Amino acid sequence: MKWVEKIIEKIKPAFSKGGRLSFLHSTFNAFETFLLVPGTVTGKGSHIRDCNDLKRVMIVVVIALVPCLLFGMYNTGLQHYLAMVPKAELPGFLPVFWYGFLKVLPLVIVSYVVGLGIEFTIAQIRGHEVNEGYLVTGMLIPLIVPVTIPLWMLALAVAFAVLIGKEIFGGTGMNIWNPALLARAFLFFSYPAYMTGDKVWVDGISGATPLAALAEGTPLQELPSWTDMFLGFIPGSVGETSLVCILLGAAILLYTGVASWKIMISCVAGAVLIAFTGNIPVHYHLVMGGFAFGCVFMATDPVTSPQTETGKWIYGFLTGALTVTIRLFNPGYPEGMMLAILLMNTFSPLIDHVVVSVNVKRRIKRIASHG
Amino acid sequence: MSACYKFRRGLDIPLKGSAHLMTAPLASSSLYTLKPGDFKNTIPKLLVREGDIVQAGSPVYCDKEHPEILFTAPVSGTIHAIVRGEKRKITGVQILADEEQMQELFPVADPEQITPERIRELLLQSGCWPLITRRPYGTPAHPGETPKAIYISCFDSAPLAPHYDFTFAESFESLLMGIRVLERLCPGKVHLGLRDTTSPHSVFRRLPGIMHTFSGPHPAGNPGVQLHHVCPVGKDQVVWTLTPMGLSIIGKLFLNGTYDTTRMVAVTGSALTRTGYISCHAGIQVSALTAFPLKEGIQARIISGNPLTGDNAGPDGFLGFHHQQVTCLPEGGKRELAGWARPLRLNKFSAARTYISYLAPLLGKTGRFNLDTNLNGGVRAFVLTRDYQKVLPMDIFVSHLIKAILAEDIDKMELLGIYEVLPEDLALCEFVCPSKIEIQDILQKGIDLMIKEMQ
Repeated sequence: MKWVEKIIEKIKPAFSKGGRLSFLHSTFNAFETFLLVPGTVTGKGSHIRDCNDLKRVMIVVVIALVPCLLFGMYNTGLQHYLAMVPKAELPGFLPVFWYGFLKVLPLVIVSYVVGLGIEFTIAQIRGHEVNEGYLVTGMLIPLIVPVTIPLWMLALAVAFAVLIGKEIFGGTGMNIWNPALLARAFLFFSYPAYMTGDKVWVDGISGATPLAALAEGTPLQELPSWTDMFLGFIPGSVGETSLVCILLGAAILLYTGVASWKIMISCVAGAVLIAFTGNIPVHYHLVMGGFAFGCVFMATDPVTSPQTETGKWIYGFLTGALTVTIRLFNPGYPEGMMLAILLMNTFSPLIDHVVVSVNVKRRIKRIASHG
Repeated sequence: MSACYKFRRGLDIPLKGSAHLMTAPLASSSLYTLKPGDFKNTIPKLLVREGDIVQAGSPVYCDKEHPEILFTAPVSGTIHAIVRGEKRKITGVQILADEEQMQELFPVADPEQITPERIRELLLQSGCWPLITRRPYGTPAHPGETPKAIYISCFDSAPLAPHYDFTFAESFESLLMGIRVLERLCPGKVHLGLRDTTSPHSVFRRLPGIMHTFSGPHPAGNPGVQLHHVCPVGKDQVVWTLTPMGLSIIGKLFLNGTYDTTRMVAVTGSALTRTGYISCHAGIQVSALTAFPLKEGIQARIISGNPLTGDNAGPDGFLGFHHQQVTCLPEGGKRELAGWARPLRLNKFSAARTYISYLAPLLGKTGRFNLDTNLNGGVRAFVLTRDYQKVLPMDIFVSHLIKAILAEDIDKMELLGIYEVLPEDLALCEFVCPSKIEIQDILQKGIDLMIKEMQ
């Protein structure tokens, strides 16, 4: 693989300071470090370093999302054909998947092209290295929008999320809200008809999502079966329908230690507790809508969730509780997960502040007790 | 009073190249260097000129702010050069050693028979005083103050660190005398930290003092971590810490009346053909440790100290005043095609499970890794701050403290525990940081700022 190194060395001078393509310095740097782990050696401090870096962490999350993406493609095709032909005449697996693949792929491409384009440009203006954070955000966004969303709308939402959600705060690691959810919130409030109303599932796909149907007063018996919702054969945003695939992703995230198990567990606990007060069975809440997906992939974002371990318990619990509260008691918004997470993101620094203050008091007390 | 503290948080980095339990004869080099940089927050005021003759224990320079603290020559010889760095700052005083070593003689005294003031005087005159580190901040102790405790950690848990039970096996007399001296300075408040696995026959078990036992991975051996549980340092409080080596040097001063910095140094690292222990004086040129040659054709980094906190000495550098370890690691200038995306990477170590190299022992590998000095990534903003807490057995929020330092918020730094930590305590946080943030450097800057503001 020496030839890659050779090519990079050959074209590098043009992109370096003073070269004729130096205005693309950050872009070049991003591709270079993407292809080759840099030969940078440690300077100050520890002479040896763990081989884990942000690129690795982000790629693990992307891998954890792949089951959801693949299933989302299949389900898109399935919902399309279910609306068009009787169940007995469904074509085989491949045509169904292929249809969904062609529907979902443009979403992924638009998300990455627009998002990374903005990231690269801003890194160039600031003279920074390009951050890896968007690798995950870019995959999350297509998974949490309805497949029928017009591409220009998606592009606009991505631009909003990256610019207003992340870059104005200073980029990955500095943002207050989860950028992917911000993109969804942007669409939700700017183009509500496309997100919740009748226009969802045009294009041959009929029927509202079970959660929306429930909000409109459909009785429980007329909804798809719990098993179908658990497996994911229901209408919904691309990646959120199958609990099986989400659990697979959760297993990867928990096993590698990338996401916090504390947030996931406390989020489910919060949801279950509030769900007991409502008239929808508790186990339905866990499989409907974006709850599971949000709980596993969005609430656990290490940047926008609290930094303290105690804070994570509080944050997760309140996120889950708020989600079900919104679902049960707010007829305006059938789906509560997005708003719950965004609200709790806002409160993360406050939760941390409380936990840190308690820690400070505890330490002062301990020092005093030792004389 | 004795207590056992069990730490679950921390990390023993499984490095290749630990020192074999064999000793090479006393090593000597023609040049020795006394480095003011080994003593934090001191400004050297020279007492010698180039060409002056010194004996082991003769003053070379004193601290500008506390002129009674003398820094003395480890060996006898001629002052060869005053090495200066940026802005003419003195970075080293080089001594050309004599063939035959001459010692400055100090009065031999029984510490119980003389006053504590006289003991302080002797420690200051002989150059033993800077062996006492002061917490907070990790600077040499102030001569006028009395600490609330004196603390000695009797084991080093750092990667490839020397085995103290081995290096001090013959030093019981001097260690005991050292404790007796310290008991006079701070009666009844000398604490010793032992590892739970320390053998009952170990010299340290036979020493007087308040014993505490610790178990768990690195940084369990750091005095800062132990103090945090035993006797935390708060605002306006001072604790002195010493290494067993410092204790032994002080002991030898009172036993023999000489300033003898001889220590047994562990020469370690995967870049060496063989590893082991060697006796030498402080400030020896590392190139003189030829009993342990480098592997051929390898570009190595020679570190005075351990791989987490040591100084890059370079091929012609010198052993640090406080160091008992030299580590030789391969330089990591190599690039790797899409390394971050490779699923296995079995020869790379990560404390995180995003690599499956931690399963290496199951796949027939030794479970020890040959780490080089590659940064393994690029510098980013804070993202995964949870990793820090996993390797720090202290009730301190690392990311909040580091951010307070970056914001230069003195009040917050104080509240979040800057008095209790030194860069060495957070070295593992720096090691595991996926954003490659230089935590030790930031913390040192914070400490410097505190010192400046508190004056």
